[in-house]
Amino acid sequence: MAVTREDVLHIAELARLGVDAARADELTKELSAILAHMEVLSQVDTTSVPLTAGIGSGGTPLRPDVRVSPLMTGTLESFAPSMRDGFFIVPRLATHEDSSESGA
Amino acid sequence: MSVENFTKLGASAIASSVRAGQVSPADMIRASFQRAGEIGAGRDELNIVLYADEKASIKEADEMQARVNSAVDLGVLAGVPVAIKDNIASLGLPTTCASRILEGYVSPFEATAVTRLRANGALVVAKTNMDEFAMGSSTENSAYGPTRNPYDVRCVAGGSSGGSAAAVAAGITPIALGSETGGSVRQPAAFCGVVGVKPTYGRVSRYGLVAFASSLDQIGVIGRSVDDAALGLEAIAGFDKMDSTSSDADVPIYRLAALGKPAPEARDPDTEAIRIGRSPVPLPPPPSSTTLAGVVIGKPKEYFPDSLDASIKALCERALDGFRSMGATIRDISLPRTPLAIPVYYILAPAEASSNLARFDGVRYGLRVDPGKGLKAMYEATRSAGFGREVTRRILLGTYVLSAGYYDAYYKKAQAVRTLIADDFRSVFASGVNAIFTPTTPTPAFPVGAISDPYEMYLNDIFTVTANLAGVPAISVPIGRMKRLPVGGQIITAHFDEYTMFRVAYALEASLGSGAHE
Repeated sequence: MAVTREDVLHIAELARLGVDAARADELTKELSAILAHMEVLSQVDTTSVPLTAGIGSGGTPLRPDVRVSPLMTGTLESFAPSMRDGFFIVPRLATHEDSSESGA
Repeated sequence: MSVENFTKLGASAIASSVRAGQVSPADMIRASFQRAGEIGAGRDELNIVLYADEKASIKEADEMQARVNSAVDLGVLAGVPVAIKDNIASLGLPTTCASRILEGYVSPFEATAVTRLRANGALVVAKTNMDEFAMGSSTENSAYGPTRNPYDVRCVAGGSSGGSAAAVAAGITPIALGSETGGSVRQPAAFCGVVGVKPTYGRVSRYGLVAFASSLDQIGVIGRSVDDAALGLEAIAGFDKMDSTSSDADVPIYRLAALGKPAPEARDPDTEAIRIGRSPVPLPPPPSSTTLAGVVIGKPKEYFPDSLDASIKALCERALDGFRSMGATIRDISLPRTPLAIPVYYILAPAEASSNLARFDGVRYGLRVDPGKGLKAMYEATRSAGFGREVTRRILLGTYVLSAGYYDAYYKKAQAVRTLIADDFRSVFASGVNAIFTPTTPTPAFPVGAISDPYEMYLNDIFTVTANLAGVPAISVPIGRMKRLPVGGQIITAHFDEYTMFRVAYALEASLGSGAHE
């Protein structure tokens, strides 16, 4: 199943990755070549074969619904790019996407 | 024990000498940093170490010295310098996954595996280079450049734990932590002539390991010898409430596997005394015709194709002859779905990675690039500037196989075939085979820059990736040299049977002696 340039641009948008025109062409070839090797799987009969999503897990165990403090020696401010009053600061959203302003 | 012998000492010998007060922990730290300097472990040379702080390490060692003469147990790794792969969170040194997107990030918490090493007396001296976010087989995908192989600086050290394997091979530390998703401990261990172990999925807590592909990721141990690897794994294995996928199965004393006998009761008081370092491990007898009596070792035909290099095949046959001479039975077996493993892995791992790496968005950690055009533009600019080419490629591949219209054909199909691959192993072990022996890699280390095609690079994992997909434990042990470069042999056992894996590995190492490095 060959990947098209449009596919690459579409999945790049889904993955929030900017891809310029030259790199999009390269990735189209690279991903198509890689996926060609995956075609062998379509020849395997997997009718009624259960899916393996993880090894050895009997489902996610639950812990008591009790609030616990995060085990951190530092503060969020020590590694977050931008914080104020305990909140992460992000650029403006949605209807303001085209605004040249950034920051809250 | 003499500090001059540091580069050849095993972790047990170092810890015994420190506990006995014959050498100080600070002596060991200085010896480690001196060796790193001599060998050129920094970024401009072999590029093994990304981050280190000699003053802080010596301060930590001096604090330990104050406890040497007290009644406090210093632990089985007392004063042993250890190196940690840069995707495992550690306090005090950065954790950047060798990526620009995490440049400067210092974790506010520590991985359970690192905490347990420290609790056993180990001293962290370095964070090691790796393929960015553990995506690669050569450490060439590091944002900070490739790690060079200490045996031949023109060649790669393997990957993705190339820095950890090279640190041990170069004599900087006797033990290092790496991580595996498709062979990233065993393959560099084989390329660098050291021992690398991937435990059963669930044996070691992944808390603090930066997630790549969560159904496959495992922390593993690299050691100068089988004993170092066994000791390191003992120290970090076991249930951890911080990782819901960790198992509460008892952890045997893996070092007792050197005695060539079945595992003793894990909670026996004598065994517990050995576990904490109060009693020494009995001296193992030399290998004999009964060392592996009753052990059946499978030789899978899919791992010995006609195309396999004759030198590697010959070294494997020598190892198999050694097993026979120690009383093991060698049985020809088949793991028929092996050729499907690379396609399955390179669908599942990128799919999981595309989800796990969504968290690196310029909001909570590390890098932010904000062109001033809103949130979405900030996400794109940050991720495009922060991720390297291979990580970008895999995120896109993963996003593609998970997207509408392709999910069933790729992702669900791969999950089903993964079941069949795991069934192959279940069938073989259910038939009475105790361990499987294979080459670790199809070739020895290759020159830096020699492989540019992504899929050709992926094929480096062909003999290692099946154990990750099935979740079984596996170890790579040096079995000889090919044109001066090390070659590794791989031993795979059933889920949670690391003890048998170590038993066979100890026997292999003992039977080869210096031949493992010739």
